[in-house]
Amino acid sequence: MTAATDAPQIDARRSGRWLYIASVVLLCAWVLVPLYFLFINTLSSPETVNSFPKGFVPEFDFGSLRFFAGFQGMIDALYNSVLVAVLTMIMSILIGAPAGYALSRFDFRGKELFRMLILLTRAFPLPLLALPLAVLFIRVGLDDTVFGLALVHTTLAIPFAVLITFSLFSGIPIELEEAAWTLGCTRLGAFTKVVLPLILPGITASAIFAFVISWNEVFAAAVLTIENRTLPAFLLQSLAESPLHLKFAGGFILVVPALIFIFAVRKYLFAMWGIANR
Amino acid sequence: MAEIQIKNVAKTFGAYQALHDINLTIADQEFMVLLGASGCGKTTLLRIIAGLETATTGEVWIGGRRVDHLAPKDRGIAMVFQNYAVFPHLTVFENIGFGLRMAKMPNAEVTRRVERVASLMHIEQLLKRYSGELSGGQRQRVAVARALAMEPDVILMDEPLSNLDALLRLEMRAELKGVLAESKTTAIYVTHDQVEAMSLADRISVMHQGKIVQAASPIEVYRNPAAHFVASFIGNPPMNFLRAEPAGSGKWKVAGETVDGPVSAATPLQLAIRPEDMRLADDGLKARVKLVEPLGAHLLVTCDVDGTMIRAVLDSDLTVKVGDVLTLAPQPDRVRWFDPQSTLAVA
Amino acid sequence: MNARLLPYVLILPVTVFLCIFFLYPFVLVAQQAFGSDTGWSLDNFRDVVSHWKFSISLWNTLLLAAVVVPVQLALSLLMATMVSKMKRGRDLVLYVWTIPLGISDLAAGIIWLAIFEQSGFLNSMMHGLGFIDAPMNFISYQNMTMVFIAIALAEIWRATAIMLVILVAGIGLIPKEYYEAAEVFGASPWKRFLKITLPLLRPSLQTALVLRVILAFEVFAVVAALGGTLFPVLMGETYSYQFDLSNSGAAAAIALIILAISIASTLVILRALRVPKGATI
Repeated sequence: MTAATDAPQIDARRSGRWLYIASVVLLCAWVLVPLYFLFINTLSSPETVNSFPKGFVPEFDFGSLRFFAGFQGMIDALYNSVLVAVLTMIMSILIGAPAGYALSRFDFRGKELFRMLILLTRAFPLPLLALPLAVLFIRVGLDDTVFGLALVHTTLAIPFAVLITFSLFSGIPIELEEAAWTLGCTRLGAFTKVVLPLILPGITASAIFAFVISWNEVFAAAVLTIENRTLPAFLLQSLAESPLHLKFAGGFILVVPALIFIFAVRKYLFAMWGIANR
Repeated sequence: MAEIQIKNVAKTFGAYQALHDINLTIADQEFMVLLGASGCGKTTLLRIIAGLETATTGEVWIGGRRVDHLAPKDRGIAMVFQNYAVFPHLTVFENIGFGLRMAKMPNAEVTRRVERVASLMHIEQLLKRYSGELSGGQRQRVAVARALAMEPDVILMDEPLSNLDALLRLEMRAELKGVLAESKTTAIYVTHDQVEAMSLADRISVMHQGKIVQAASPIEVYRNPAAHFVASFIGNPPMNFLRAEPAGSGKWKVAGETVDGPVSAATPLQLAIRPEDMRLADDGLKARVKLVEPLGAHLLVTCDVDGTMIRAVLDSDLTVKVGDVLTLAPQPDRVRWFDPQSTLAVA
Repeated sequence: MNARLLPYVLILPVTVFLCIFFLYPFVLVAQQAFGSDTGWSLDNFRDVVSHWKFSISLWNTLLLAAVVVPVQLALSLLMATMVSKMKRGRDLVLYVWTIPLGISDLAAGIIWLAIFEQSGFLNSMMHGLGFIDAPMNFISYQNMTMVFIAIALAEIWRATAIMLVILVAGIGLIPKEYYEAAEVFGASPWKRFLKITLPLLRPSLQTALVLRVILAFEVFAVVAALGGTLFPVLMGETYSYQFDLSNSGAAAAIALIILAISIASTLVILRALRVPKGATI
């Protein structure tokens, strides 16, 4: 090929490359800039938050956050949120992981039916379950309790827990377990000595995922709790009357753990979904 | 003492019968190779002996003790897996010592045994490493060392060399043979590689479609295959088969020639002869050369004998061209006969 | 333990749990929706549907899904293909792009409120650039288009990540050799995307769309945070029947309607993107 025909091609490739990089940067900004605005508002005094026009640099004033912390019921709501999320995390892993193990290790009659049940839950608007459960919980005395809400959140998180742990267990060759059996381990021994250490980071990731699901859930939380509101439910309930700076500080508190958690599980995010597809 | 007895073992997976009524006795300290193509049931049989699979029917006895209801850990066996199964979260030392720790052996004894087998397998310098830092060959050594450290009555190996490259496989094969002979354990070794089987085994069990077709010493399996399958599976290139028509009183017509054969049969048989057991002679089968493959040490010639393709291994000094007609004489004491109906050997 | 029984023992907790908290509540919801003082009836549905807000909220919900989901599909496909070619900085870019995955719809609504409220950043920016003198009230009865745009943007911002993750995982499953083969046969990058990525990505597209569309019908907190009562949606109506009006029969009826729409669209998606038997990777 001659230089004359080469040049425009290289030009086209170079400009294509710039377009590519520019779009990547643009899309990153699309995600990050709104978060930055929330950040500015949170770290500004209530007066600044309600004033106009706004600066584009945070003034690092903790007035809004202090107001948030001092707002009636807010700290309790935060505490409830953490409690529900932790309960959800524990229950969904304890209940979901054995099923994930069974799916990855055994062929049994009804396996497909069971998988269907799991996948079915994902095709339903689950928060709606809160409606009948609200009635049911009053009957059994679970109404307006952290545990009752955690049960509903566990229902939301369990399909993910099962599918994620299924993919994690499938990643551990069965021969490792078999080797342990031939070397003097019982089934349980092989599981705790060999499988568990290998799978712990992944289990942690799926536990964190369950935490985030519960932490973010609004509808069921709002329907099922009255006195013991979680943070999202509390914010939702007070949306109409609460001042802007309270909303933004609350939103910020909601976002921060999510940011950290997604960072912690980023390695597993894709592996988890890769298997869950099938 | 660890004689292994397999009595009437059968295994079905759903509608598929993987093993048919297997009976086999393996003597104490014997090196038994289960040889067969993939899907013949050899690995299933090994896993039943190990306790990783349950037989549908039948019994497994190890050292005079019935074990088929016992968990793998209670059978006095150790196993080497095809993909090594070296625990990735443990060091080589802890891998080799894993079973010893399970048996609650004192630390000093664990260290002594690990170091002994590590030096036996030449991996002393790797003891602190993790499996991710090892090559395939090194992992293989760890897997064998881990099994040997248990000082088991029986060591079971499932295609342990199949994931290594050719040169390493040759080296490990020789080493395995030495180490196992010294350890005086009974060994069962599964492979699809007939050369591996011939070189390692005291006895070979050739398996086909869930049955043991022949269990005998390597040379016996090679020289006197009990069935058509064994004859065509063992040897590279495999045995040649030619149709033989009865001509009365121990005489047989093969490709127009008359050959001495079994007196007992009166229906057509197959004459079988290994490619290397044929000589050029004045009197014999007329063979038209179709293909000549010089292999260095010898010449592999494919010829047409009365419509049947056969192969002959000839001296590499000979000049043979496609289209030549050779006269090939089977060595009389190496000729074997098979019944095409039953596929079994005929005396 | 008996190896035959073990798998059943292991799945028992999940099965029992889902029966109590998933299957049983759906029976209850149906009972509530169809129940009345006089036995089975469609009264609840009649009440709900005849209310003036119902058709508005149904229309709003469907319109929002119809606008948001296609944009998200295109955007996540674009992002996923961009990521699949990336060598340096892939992990960082992926992390940034998946951040919204962890952010709740309520928080997302609040975040976009910071932009669209009267003293918010959009007004500040326009003021700074000299377009306007006084802040405009974007979120009001007078400006329903803007309310819709704000809600749609917040939804797109928040929930594209879930599709992205599924699609990136799906693209990761497609062997590189197919692309190399196509390139050898002269397919352009666009053709390769059209003829290889899209068809082989069908299972992932199915999952992503089903999940996303169902979530789109559940849209609630984003709307509540941004539009308040300006922009009624089905889930919000459910909430207010249950809460403000204490009419759980009506709430259940809307819940069943949302469920019916979800199931119908799931079936449509599964049907439209079905993979012929044996044509999987």
